[in-house]
Amino acid sequence: MAEYQLDARRLLCPLPVIKTQNRVRELANGDVLEVLATDPGVLNDVPAWARINGHRVVESGRRDGIVFVQLLVVREGA
Amino acid sequence: MSVVHHTAPPAVAPRRRALALVSGGLDSMLAVKVIQAQGIEVEGVNFFTGFCVEGHTHAIRERDRKKPKRNNALWVAEQLGIKLHIIDISDEYKDVVLKPRYGYGAHMNPCLDCKIFMVGKAALMLDKARELADAQAVQGEPGFDFIITGEVVGQRPKSQKKWTMPVIARESGAEDRLLRPLSARNLEPTLPEREGWVDRERLYGFSGRNRKPQIALAEQFGLDDFAQPAGGCCFLTDEAYSNKLVDLWQARRKRDYELDDIMLLKVGRHLRPRPHFKLIISREEGEGNFLEGYRYQFPSLEPVSHGGPLTLVDGEFADAAEAELAAAIVARFSQGREAEAVSVQYNRPGGVSQLLTVKPLAAGQVPKDWYLG
Repeated sequence: MAEYQLDARRLLCPLPVIKTQNRVRELANGDVLEVLATDPGVLNDVPAWARINGHRVVESGRRDGIVFVQLLVVREGA
Repeated sequence: MSVVHHTAPPAVAPRRRALALVSGGLDSMLAVKVIQAQGIEVEGVNFFTGFCVEGHTHAIRERDRKKPKRNNALWVAEQLGIKLHIIDISDEYKDVVLKPRYGYGAHMNPCLDCKIFMVGKAALMLDKARELADAQAVQGEPGFDFIITGEVVGQRPKSQKKWTMPVIARESGAEDRLLRPLSARNLEPTLPEREGWVDRERLYGFSGRNRKPQIALAEQFGLDDFAQPAGGCCFLTDEAYSNKLVDLWQARRKRDYELDDIMLLKVGRHLRPRPHFKLIISREEGEGNFLEGYRYQFPSLEPVSHGGPLTLVDGEFADAAEAELAAAIVARFSQGREAEAVSVQYNRPGGVSQLLTVKPLAAGQVPKDWYLG
């Protein structure tokens, strides 16, 4: 289990979602990925992506003008 | 198309799997529903071309940011209970936009090639999925048996004519593993139908631009919240946007673009006072913040004696007089538009700055044909 960060600042949706999807593909069950972004749509889209793909949102919100979403990677059968 | 070849036929017929092109609109949603109703397991794929922009404008402009817009494809996938793969094809999509094989629609819309390209990419993805599944040799991780789309014969002027449907199937490499559940009964039976994976009798024969059959089917499925199709959400169908893209190609004397170019075409007022430079003037705070991110790539102009918009310069000034003309235009859009003099800072990406003091242009001094779009 490890913690990672993804910088998706200044990217517009769906690019932060695509980057999240591609990064999560490389991570293991139980890893945590924090996505940082400036497009507020990320607060809807990354959790929606996580829900349909079976990952969990640990926390999300805004910090100093940056939005963040923390994901817990869940792998089926792991 | 080599979508999936099961190396050894299993003893029990496996549950067939389809990959659906999910745009986020009603038709692809219905196509998935129709196929799910036949016991087929469905996953979705959605493509990012760079031109699907409604959400971008929304994300950039300050007044819209208060209520972030949902991503329709993700939302639809969640409603349908399917996984969704989102693929960035903005780079490969350039060929479709720059070298359209079947010509453009009324507004330079490479709609037909777009569909061919997307279906082809789905086929490619199927192969990748199969390779992955084979490599992992994990039981119960099959690939996909066929592709479905929400296309309806005769619905869109370029891409959905009856004769183009087989062309798309062939050129995409999907061949007869491409099934259009909403129009299937107007078309030749495909492999999934011939093999009995799906019952052709329970597919539909919609055609034309009348949306009533789809609305009725949506009601039947209990779907009452869906995005209305708007030209496939493709910015290239927007005349003002296409005009700006054509202007870009003319100014650079070549038909090309980078992702940053097509993003910037969505933002601000675009004025071209001279053939060799264009001004991108932010209209409000959100756009200013967005343009901020490009400050180190482009020369910029910003009023300092009065409040006013951040402006990017796409191109080069031939001389000091042109820099002053640009500053006077920017001053025109500042709070000092009535002032005798406005100071405008001219910044170049290397860190060199210059202060220009100019008299703002009057409204009548900005010809209409400088405005692009």
